[in-house]
Amino acid sequence: TQKKTITNILILTVSTQTEATIFLIAEYDYFKYHPMPEISQWMDQVATDHPDVVTVMKYGQTYEKRTIRLLKIGLDTGEKKKAIWMDCGIHAREWIAPAFCQYFVSQILKAHKTDLKMQEMLKNMDFYVTPVLNMDGYMYTWENNGTRLWRKNMSPGPFGCNCTGVDLNRNFDANWGTIGVSSNCCSEIYYGSRPVSEPEAQAVTYFVGTRPEEFLCFLTIHSYGQLLLVPYGHPNFTAYNYEELMEVGLGAADAIRKVHGMNYTVGSSPDVLYPNSGSSRDWAHMQKIPFSFTFELRDKGAFGFELPEDQIRPTCEEAYSGALHIITYAHDKTFSGAVATAAATLSITLLAVGVTGNSLL
Amino acid sequence: MIWTVSTFCSHLFCYINATLTGGAFPFLRSFTPVVFSSIVVLQPPAMSPSIIIVLAVLTGVTGSPSVATSPAAVDATAHPNSVVEETEIFGWQVSVEKEAEEDAMATGELNPNHYPAQRAAKVVQHYLNVQYGSPFRLFGLHKVHSGNAEDVADSGRKYQLEISVQEIINNTTEKCSAELLFGRAGEQRSSQVQVSCEELLKTSTDAQEDALFRKYQMNQSLLSAENLPDSYGHMEPDHQPLWHLGIVASSSVMLKESTENTLYNMAQVANIIQLASDNKQVKFDCHVLLHEMVSQEIIHWKLLFTWSPPDGVKVLQMEKLPHCHDCKVPPNTN
Repeated sequence: TQKKTITNILILTVSTQTEATIFLIAEYDYFKYHPMPEISQWMDQVATDHPDVVTVMKYGQTYEKRTIRLLKIGLDTGEKKKAIWMDCGIHAREWIAPAFCQYFVSQILKAHKTDLKMQEMLKNMDFYVTPVLNMDGYMYTWENNGTRLWRKNMSPGPFGCNCTGVDLNRNFDANWGTIGVSSNCCSEIYYGSRPVSEPEAQAVTYFVGTRPEEFLCFLTIHSYGQLLLVPYGHPNFTAYNYEELMEVGLGAADAIRKVHGMNYTVGSSPDVLYPNSGSSRDWAHMQKIPFSFTFELRDKGAFGFELPEDQIRPTCEEAYSGALHIITYAHDKTFSGAVATAAATLSITLLAVGVTGNSLL
Repeated sequence: MIWTVSTFCSHLFCYINATLTGGAFPFLRSFTPVVFSSIVVLQPPAMSPSIIIVLAVLTGVTGSPSVATSPAAVDATAHPNSVVEETEIFGWQVSVEKEAEEDAMATGELNPNHYPAQRAAKVVQHYLNVQYGSPFRLFGLHKVHSGNAEDVADSGRKYQLEISVQEIINNTTEKCSAELLFGRAGEQRSSQVQVSCEELLKTSTDAQEDALFRKYQMNQSLLSAENLPDSYGHMEPDHQPLWHLGIVASSSVMLKESTENTLYNMAQVANIIQLASDNKQVKFDCHVLLHEMVSQEIIHWKLLFTWSPPDGVKVLQMEKLPHCHDCKVPPNTN
C-alpha cells in the first residue's frame, strides 16, 4: 500500500508536469478476496474519496477487541432519514459475502454520480454497510489452510468446554435457543451462553436496536446455497408481512436471474433450508424492520465456501441486482409520493415558464 | 381490464382477500400500493365504467400512482413456490396461485423448492456420481421439478422425484426420474436409489479417460496434491482431475451417510496421494472435508480408492476421522 501511494504520487507529479489528466492507476480489485487489514484500509479510502457521502462509524468490539466499523453512505440533508442495513461476514468462512459488501458500496457510489434514482435514494435514506462483522473469525480463516473453514466467532468456550466460538447467527434475541441450534459448545451452531452473549451480536443489537424505526431494510449476506430467506426461522411463526416479503423476494430472484441466469430460491428458512432460531434477520424483523432478508450467495455446493475468484464478479453483479430490487421497493413504498410530486412540480414549472415566456437560463 | 395482484396462500387453502364495497365488485383488502394478499388474475364479465371510477377514487385515497400491477405477478405460473388453479368467484373468472400442499412430515406431493425434495434430490446426485462419475464426468443437481414422498411400512420413506441434473464438465443438462428409499432412523443402511435419465452417458469420455489413465500409470513419481480447491477457490489445471476423483470417491461416503435430515457437499480435498498399484487401475489415498449443511459441520474422511476407465472409481476403505476439537483452539493473537 505504501508502494501504491508512492506510485500514485509519481503519476500525479508526472501528470501535472505534462498537463495530462490526473488519474489513479492503483484501483481496488473488487474481484479478489482481501484480508482484513486491506478491507479496513479500503473503508478509510472510500470515506476519504467521498467525504460528502461516506463516513466510517465505529459501533462495537469483537471478542479480541477489534473495533467493528461500518460505512454510512448517504447525502446529508440535515433531517432524520430512513435507513438500509447490510452486514456481511457474520460467518467467517463465507468469503464471498464481504466481497459483495465492498462491491455493493462501490456500485452505489458509482451510481450516485450518474443515476437519478440512486441520488434520490441517497437523499432519502442512509445505507449502513458492515463489510465484515465477525472480524476475528474472518482473520482466523486467513491464517492457514486448516483454518479456512471456520464459521463462528472467537469467544472461548464456557467453563469445562474445550472448544472455541459461538455461531453469531444463532445468538440474537429472536426465539433464542429454541430450534436449529446446539447447546454443545463444540458445535458449529452453538448458540452461546445466553441471548446476545457475544460482543459482535451486541454491537448490531445496540446500533440497530436503538433506532429500529429508521430502518426499512435489514439485509444480512451469507453463502452458500443461492437462497433468499424471509423470516422466521421458527416454523411456528409467520411474519406479519410474509406475503409481501415473498413477493418482493421473488421479484429480487427474477432480477438476479436476469443478470447471469442463476436461480435463487425464495422462502422461509424452515421451508427451503432448515429451521433455526436466534438469527439476525429474525431479530431485525421482530424490531418491526419490515424488509428483512438473508441472502445466501453462490454456489450450490460444487465449490461451496471456496468460491473461485473468477466467480466474484458475476456473483456480486447478480446479488447487487437482487438487493437493489428490495431496497428500491422499500424506498418507493415509503417515498412513493416523492417522484410523482417532483415530476408534477417540474411539469407545472415548465408550463409556467412557457406561458410567461421567461427563459430558464 | 385485468388486475394482477400477488398472493401466497398458506397450507391447504387459498383465500382471496376481497370485500364487497358499494356494489358487487371484489376489491382487495388493504388496498395500499403494493400490499396485496392474493395473486389473482381477474377477468371482469364486461368492461364497466364504474370500475374505472372506483379505481380513481382508491388511487386518490391511497395517494399512490402505482396502484395496479405487482411486478412479480405478470406470469403467474413462473412462481416456483406455487401452483395455479382456475376457479370462479362472484361471476369473475379467477386464476389463483396456491402453495403446493405440504404437511409437517412432508408426505404426498412435495414442493420442489422446499428442503425435503431438495435433500432427496441431492442424494440422487451422489448416487449418479458413484455410478457414473469419473475425472471427466461429474453430476450436479440443476433443478427439482416435482416430488412425492410416502411412508413404506417397515422399510422407511420412499421418494419419487423428477429432476434435472447437470453434467458439470461438459455443461449439459438432462431430465431424470428417480426413486429413493431412506431407511428407518437408526438403521445402518444406505439409501436405495433408482434413477433413469434420458441420455445420461451421451457424451463419450473414453478417449480422455484412457489418456489420463495412461498418464497416471506411467508417472515416474507418484502424484500428490493438497487443498483442492485452495482458500481462493483455485487449483492447478493438472490437479483438476484429482479433484474430480475426490468428489466421486466422496460421493460414496455422502450417499452412505445421507438421511432426510442431512445435505452433503464435498468442501475440499485436503490431500490426495497416488499409491503404487498394479496395471489394472490406479490407486489413491485421500483426505476429504465434507460439509453437512444442516449441522454446518465439516466432517473429515479418509478414503482409499482405485480408478480405471472400465471399472470407474471403487472405494476400498472409508474411515471417518475424529472431530479435532483441539485444532480449533485459536493460536496466540495480538
